Amino acid sequence: MAGSVFSSEKYREKLDLISADVLKNVGISRGFIIWMGILFAAFAACIYAYTIQLRTGLGVTGLRDVTSWGMYIANFVFFVATSLVGMLISCVLGLSGATWVKPISRIAEIIAVAFAAVAGLVIISDMGRPDRLPYVFLFGRVQSPILWDVSVVTTYFVLSLLLWLFPMIPDLAVAKGKLQGQPEFLSKAYNLLSFGWIHNEKQYLIIGQGVRILLILIIPTAFAIHTVTSWLFAVTPRAGWDSTIFGPYFISGAFVSGTAAVIIAMYFFRKSYNLDKYLTDSHFDKMGKVFILISILYIYFNINEFLVPGYKLKAADAIHLRELFAGEHAFLFWGVQLLGLIIPVFLMLFRRIRKPLPMLFISIVMLAAAWLKRYIIVVPPQAHPYLPVQNVPVEWVVYKPTLIESLVTLASILLVLIIITLLSKLFPVIPIWELAEEEAKKELKET
Amino acid sequence: MSSKKKKKEPTEIEEILESSRRDFLKKVGIVGAASVAGGAAIYSGYQFEKAKKHEEIVKVLTEDNRLVEIPRDQMKDYKPDLKVLQKRGRKGIEGKRWVMVIDLSKCRNARKCVGACQAAHHLRPYEYHINTLVMQESANTPEYFMPKPCQHCDNPPCVSVCPVDATFKRQDGIVLIDNERCIGCRFCMAACPYSARMFHWREPVAAGQDQGNEYNVELNVPQKKGTISKCLFSADRLRDGMLPYCVSACPNGVFYFGDENENAVTNGTTKETVNLKELLEQNGGYRLMAELGTKPRVYYLPPKNRIFEFKKGPDTEYKEIT
Repeated sequence: MAGSVFSSEKYREKLDLISADVLKNVGISRGFIIWMGILFAAFAACIYAYTIQLRTGLGVTGLRDVTSWGMYIANFVFFVATSLVGMLISCVLGLSGATWVKPISRIAEIIAVAFAAVAGLVIISDMGRPDRLPYVFLFGRVQSPILWDVSVVTTYFVLSLLLWLFPMIPDLAVAKGKLQGQPEFLSKAYNLLSFGWIHNEKQYLIIGQGVRILLILIIPTAFAIHTVTSWLFAVTPRAGWDSTIFGPYFISGAFVSGTAAVIIAMYFFRKSYNLDKYLTDSHFDKMGKVFILISILYIYFNINEFLVPGYKLKAADAIHLRELFAGEHAFLFWGVQLLGLIIPVFLMLFRRIRKPLPMLFISIVMLAAAWLKRYIIVVPPQAHPYLPVQNVPVEWVVYKPTLIESLVTLASILLVLIIITLLSKLFPVIPIWELAEEEAKKELKET
Repeated sequence: MSSKKKKKEPTEIEEILESSRRDFLKKVGIVGAASVAGGAAIYSGYQFEKAKKHEEIVKVLTEDNRLVEIPRDQMKDYKPDLKVLQKRGRKGIEGKRWVMVIDLSKCRNARKCVGACQAAHHLRPYEYHINTLVMQESANTPEYFMPKPCQHCDNPPCVSVCPVDATFKRQDGIVLIDNERCIGCRFCMAACPYSARMFHWREPVAAGQDQGNEYNVELNVPQKKGTISKCLFSADRLRDGMLPYCVSACPNGVFYFGDENENAVTNGTTKETVNLKELLEQNGGYRLMAELGTKPRVYYLPPKNRIFEFKKGPDTEYKEIT
């Protein structure tokens, strides 16, 4: 048989069909402008809060010598965690031949890019001297896990950005002539980013290989970013952080929060971009099954993380675990574990729950729980250091996040939403050519 | 008529004479002024030379070991600049291995060590390089007071995790923090099991008063907002051959300080110098949380045979000063 599917008439046909559907909602609309206006206004207000912190110092937060890492670090861990889903969907499922993930893969990459980019930024808000950020590169010590973290997060961000852009090149070539009523800069950007794509057989061959290389490269990088992030804690001798399973514990948790984020994004993209045809109920059903699997994996690591030290009750571990199980943080801890992990898994076992709307609710709860779980991991282990906390003001003993701190944290979440909106609204959110290839292949086989 | 006429119209000679007279007077004036000025200059020069003859010449040993003479009035007090302070501060004092011994049986919680330290390092009353804690191992063992400075570990977790080499271990065993370098990530605080580090959450209390002073890494003054501070074993005092601030301030003989290489430590109160190994051996010396493998340079002697009653004073309430 001469020529591959890409030269077939069927493929062209499908390309036109799918691009018409997908591109209908791409571009600047009034809703987009209003939504972005709200996001930017809120973002500006939050940035004002950060300027207060810059002037006065980190004293405007609830952080003190006892609990010196708080909401900012928890938020950073959450962001790194959520970005990991790009690797799970596109690489692990994609490479294993699960073709149903194709319409979701770009959504997963958008989540990965947005969260990884902002993760790199939010860490600056926790720095006492953000003006000295260049010192990390000028005087960096490779022995410090912070250096590892900085290098792998940037690498992961770049790879994720490439994995978002690279498979989109043919789509942009298709789309550049089909934008109607859109400003010129958009078609210019499409033209530029489609890098002279002419739907040549050889080009398809190269892009196939390139994407495959990226997919493979991202797997170890993604494992590295969250393992290293977990080591920021695990390399210290504090009870509650001093754990050998922190790497896999964090990675399994990361899949949970990332999957939740993707399902939420799927729901809203489907609704507002009219993509019911591509993000079908079956996709929500399958994502629900994936969710069950990784949540059970996470529950397994939770059992390891809490049962083993709980069995031995070494002095410092005992204090820490009592605080979590029955003390100051018990409400949060059990709330997160039950409402945010165990009960949703049970619910998702029912097919009726694995529908778009129930999945949306479950995902929102689990994403919020994932954020709070990072808070539980970061904050409580500092409240009870080895030596007693004495002769300090009361504010120093118990950590309470302040309004300014919360606003700065909110700024990072808004920035994620801004990036997700930009990437999903100005560019096709469903991979056009990959779906066209898939469908053309299927139909050619049938005939 | 003619005489009148003559008076009114001077002859040519008269005119010449008249002008030369004016000239003459002018010249005399200039010469006079010049000679007065010159005289004054010569006189002052003479006085200067005379004074110089009586100037004391001092012999000074230069850095490269040359003995030179200079007049006393040309001497200036040496003030090391930032570059010198940083270089020697990072290097440490050669040949020394500083070590501290804290005798818990003598501590009555006078907190003089805390006060002296805070005064020297310009800290607020609740910002500690050294803090005295009330300790109790279990319900059946007695309470005791424990001064807790930085342990200056030989395997310091804080130094391991620092991303920018802001906190470092010197050859004389001291762990210092360079607040010209610190980025304020607080990884070191997270890593330290002894809670030895503090952070400047706001503008340091003496920021105004210290403004413009050269930063001394061995004193960590001026303190800086957004950076870490910690106990320095009073590295600035050690350079001057003195005992640390806390050691000297203790009224109860709690602290011994010295050089492990010399195997000798000096009590800050009694000024008695004793054999380090014997002191540790005879009194059951130990290190805090030795099981963590941090290898502290601070040793403790257990609170046994206390000659005073353990009395906890009323709790001081600390209020945050912004």
